[in-house]
Amino acid sequence: MTDTLLSVRNLSVAFHQGGRTSTAVDDISFDIKRGEVVALVGESGSGKSVSANSILKLLPYPAASHPGGEIVFNGKDLMTASDAELRNVRGNDITMIFQEPMTSLNPLHSIERQIAEILDLHQGIKGLAARTRVLELLNQVGIREPEKRLAAYPHELSGGQRQRVMIAMALANRPELLIADEPTTALDVTVQAQILELLKKLKDEHGMSMLFITHDLGIVRKIADRVCVMTKGKIVETGPTAEIFANPQHAYTRHLLASEPKGVPPLSDTSKPVVMQAEGMKVWFPIKAGFLRKVVDHVKAVDGIDLTLRAGQTLGVVGESGSGKTTLGLALTRLISSKGRISFIGNEIAGYSFTQMRPLRNRMQIVFQDPFGSLSPRMAVSDIIAEGLKVHEPGLSEKERDARVAGVLEEVGLDAATRWRYPHEFSGGQRQRIAIARAMVLKPQFVMLDEPTSALDMSVQAQVVDLLRDLQAKHSLAYLFISHDLKVVRALANDMIVMRLGKVVEQGPSERIFTAPQEDYTKALMAAAFDMKAVDVPAIRQ
Amino acid sequence: MAADIVSADPTLLAGRTGRLSPVNRRRWDNFKANRRGFWSFWIFLVLFGLSLGAEFIANDKPILVSYKGELLVPALVQYPEKKFLGEELGFLAVTDYSSLEVSNEINANGWMIWPPIRYSYQTANSYIPHSAPTKPFWLMDKAERCSGYPQGEADPGCTLGNLNWLGTDDQARDVAARMIYGFRISVLFGLILTIASAIVGVTAGAVQGYFGGWTDLLLQRFIEIWSSMPVLYILLIIAAILPPGFFILLGIMLLFSWVGFVGIVRAEFLRARNFEYVRAARALGVNNRTIMFRHLLPNAMVATLTFLPFILSGSITTLTSLDFLGFGMPPGSPSLGELISQGKSNLQAPWLGFTAFAVMSIMLSLLIFIGEATRDAFDPRKTFR
Repeated sequence: MTDTLLSVRNLSVAFHQGGRTSTAVDDISFDIKRGEVVALVGESGSGKSVSANSILKLLPYPAASHPGGEIVFNGKDLMTASDAELRNVRGNDITMIFQEPMTSLNPLHSIERQIAEILDLHQGIKGLAARTRVLELLNQVGIREPEKRLAAYPHELSGGQRQRVMIAMALANRPELLIADEPTTALDVTVQAQILELLKKLKDEHGMSMLFITHDLGIVRKIADRVCVMTKGKIVETGPTAEIFANPQHAYTRHLLASEPKGVPPLSDTSKPVVMQAEGMKVWFPIKAGFLRKVVDHVKAVDGIDLTLRAGQTLGVVGESGSGKTTLGLALTRLISSKGRISFIGNEIAGYSFTQMRPLRNRMQIVFQDPFGSLSPRMAVSDIIAEGLKVHEPGLSEKERDARVAGVLEEVGLDAATRWRYPHEFSGGQRQRIAIARAMVLKPQFVMLDEPTSALDMSVQAQVVDLLRDLQAKHSLAYLFISHDLKVVRALANDMIVMRLGKVVEQGPSERIFTAPQEDYTKALMAAAFDMKAVDVPAIRQ
Repeated sequence: MAADIVSADPTLLAGRTGRLSPVNRRRWDNFKANRRGFWSFWIFLVLFGLSLGAEFIANDKPILVSYKGELLVPALVQYPEKKFLGEELGFLAVTDYSSLEVSNEINANGWMIWPPIRYSYQTANSYIPHSAPTKPFWLMDKAERCSGYPQGEADPGCTLGNLNWLGTDDQARDVAARMIYGFRISVLFGLILTIASAIVGVTAGAVQGYFGGWTDLLLQRFIEIWSSMPVLYILLIIAAILPPGFFILLGIMLLFSWVGFVGIVRAEFLRARNFEYVRAARALGVNNRTIMFRHLLPNAMVATLTFLPFILSGSITTLTSLDFLGFGMPPGSPSLGELISQGKSNLQAPWLGFTAFAVMSIMLSLLIFIGEATRDAFDPRKTFR
C-alpha cells in the first residue's frame, strides 16, 4: 500500500455545445496522500468544481468529455472503470458534500431515511442496526438531540444542520476520501466556523483524506495541508499551505493573496449634513391563522432601529442571514411599508405614497447583491441605465441622455462603447459596475448597497470596493452598506450596526466595534469572520 | 465633458441598428433547428397567404376583363349586366359572366382572364352531368363530364376551369372553392379569437399577478366559477337566441377562451415581480404600468407565445364542431364543419368527407408542428447537437 491515495495525472475536461468545444480543465495533475487535506483554490470559472466532479465522473456526459488523463485511486484507474465499479466507489470509498445542502438533500425524505439508504446500499445494514448507526453518525457530526431529529425533514433544519446531515451521509461508509465542494459558502460565518472545525475534527478521528474546494483563502489557511491554485483550467502553483502563503511564486497566487479588500473608510464627521435619519423603525409581518385569518403574531423582521446617516459617510449594517438587514434597507428606501419616523433630506417620508416618493427616488438609489438578477436580460445596457433618466429627467433629448449614459459608464470604469451590449456579455464584476452606473446616473445623495460584493470573486470584490469609495469621495455620497462580510465592512464603513433577529446588538463607530466589541454576539461574529473560530455563545445558533 | 465623448467618436452610436437581442437570436436559431416546425411554419404561411387572395383563385367572375378598350376588374368591382348586354337584354344587377351571351359579347369586343377555378363558394354549377353531389371530373370520362352542357363534348363551356376538381356538394357548389374559402375563414376566426383572448387573458393575469392580494383573490375566484361553466351548452343556447354570424360567434367564444391564458401569466408575474431588476426599477421610480410592460410582460410572453398555436388549433376545432352541429356560421357560408356534415349525410359521395378530413388534418398538424417548434425555441434548456 502506497502513501498516495489519489493521483490525478494530466486530466483534461472539455465541454461541447452547439458545435463548439471549450476546455474547462486543461492538463492538471495533483496527488492526495492518506490523511492529507488538499485545497483546490480558484475563482469562479477556474475549473475547480469540474475537476472535483470528474474524479467520480459526475459530469453531464456526453456533453462533457475527457480528452486525456488518468485518475488513479488506490491503484485503480477510475477513468477506465465501468459504471458498476464507479458506483461502488461513489458514496463508499469517495464521498462528496456540496455547496447547497438544501438542494442536495431530498426534501421528501426524513433525514433518518436518507442516511439509512446509504448504509443499506453499500453495507446492507437495515432495521435497528441502521438506526443505531444513524444516531451514532448524527452524534458525531454534532446534531443536538439526534433522537428527536431522526424524523425531521430537510426544511425543518437550519442551513448548518443540513450541512451536518450531509456530512453524516458522507461519513456513513467511512470513506477514504471526502471531496468537499465549497461546503460552507452558503452558510453564515459563525456556522461556517463550526462546520470547518467539525470537518477538521472528523478528518483526524477517521484518518481520511480530504479534497477541499473553495475560493476563500481564509478557509484554506485554516484547514489545508497543501494547496493547488487553479486559474483558467490550469493548476499554476502547488505547495504546502504555509509556504504558499508566505512565499507565493506565481503571479496569479500573489494577485489572489493581495486581493483582500483594503483601504480605510471615510472619517466620521458629525458636522456633515444629515441625509437620512430614522427613529423606531419597525417592519412586522403579520402571521395569520384560523378561518377568519386573524393576526395571531408577527414576524419582527426589523424591530425598533434608530440610525443617522450623514453625507459622505458610510453606515455598515452587519448580521447573519435572517437578521433583517435587507428588510431595514428596503424600509428606509420605502420599497416596503414600515412604522417609525424616516426623514430624508428634510422630508418626512414615512407616510409617503409611491407617487409622492417618485420625485425623491432619484436622490436615493439601490445597488443589489446579485448582478445577474438585478439587470434585465432583455434590455441593452444603455436602456437599463437610461431608464431612471426617462422617469426623472424626461426633458432630456435622446442625445443628451446618451451622453449621460456614456459619461457614467466611463465613471464606473467601463468602456462607453459597450453600452449597446446586453448584460450576459459582461462578467460579474462588470455587471455590478453597470448596476452601480444605473444608480449613479441619477446623481443620488443616498445609496443603499445591499451586499454588493457578496456574489463577486475576491479580486473583483476589492476593485468594486475601491470604486465605491472613489465615487463616495467624489460625490459626497451617503452609503448604507449592508453586508455579512466583515472584511468588506471594515474597508468601507465608518459607523456600523450589528443586527440580530431584527434588533440592534451593538451600534457605534466601526473602529471601536472591530477593536473592542462589547457584546458576546459581536465577539463571536468577529472570531468566526477573521479567525474562523467557533465560539460557543448562546446567541449563536447551530 | 460627457457630450464630448459622444461627438468625438461617432462609431459609438453605430452598432445599435439591426441587432436582434441575443436572447431572441438564440430562440430564432432554435426554431430553425426544428426542421419540421420550420417547414410547417412556411407552408402554413404560404397556404394562408394564398387563401387570403381566394377571390383571385376561385371566383365566378373573371379577374380582368378588357371590354371595348376598357379594363374592368369584376373580381373586385360589381358591374351590372346592362354594361355588356345593353338596357334591353341586361336586366340583372350582377353580371353572370359564365352565361353564353355575356362571354360571347366580351370575347367579341376584347378578352377576359378567369381564375383557375371558375366558381365562388356560393356558385352552383348549372351544368352538372348528373344529380348533385357530383364526382370530381377526373373520375369521369370526357363524354360523361360534359354531358350536362347543351352541346355535350363540343360545348365551349366544358373547359378545365369550369369542371369541378373536387366534385360538388349536394347543392351543386364547387367543393374546391368552398374548401379554399372555408380554410380562410377558419384560420381568420382562429387567429382573431386567439389574439383577442390573449389580450384579455394576459391583461387579467398580469393585473392579478402584479398586484396580488385581494385583487388576485377575487379575480381568481371569479375565474374558477366562470371556467366551470359548461361552455359548449352555453354556446348552443346563445347561438340559438342570437342570429349566427362571424362576430357573434367570435364574441361568444371569447367570453370563455381568455381564461386559458390567465394561469400562466399570473404565475409568471407572481414569480417575476420579486426579481431584483423589477425591484431596481421600482427604486428608480418607474411607474407600475411601465414595469409591467417593460420588465414583466416579456417574461410572461414566453409562456403565452408557446401557448398560442395550440389555442389557435383549439379555436379552429371548436368552430368546426359548431358548424358541424349546425350552430355555427350562417347557412351558405363556406365552412369546413358544414362540409364534414355533408360528407356524413352523403356517404355515396366520399370526396366530401375526404376533402374536409384532409384540409382539417393538414391544417391542424401544421399548427401543432409550429407549436412544438415554438415551444422548443423558448425552452432555455433545450440544446441541439
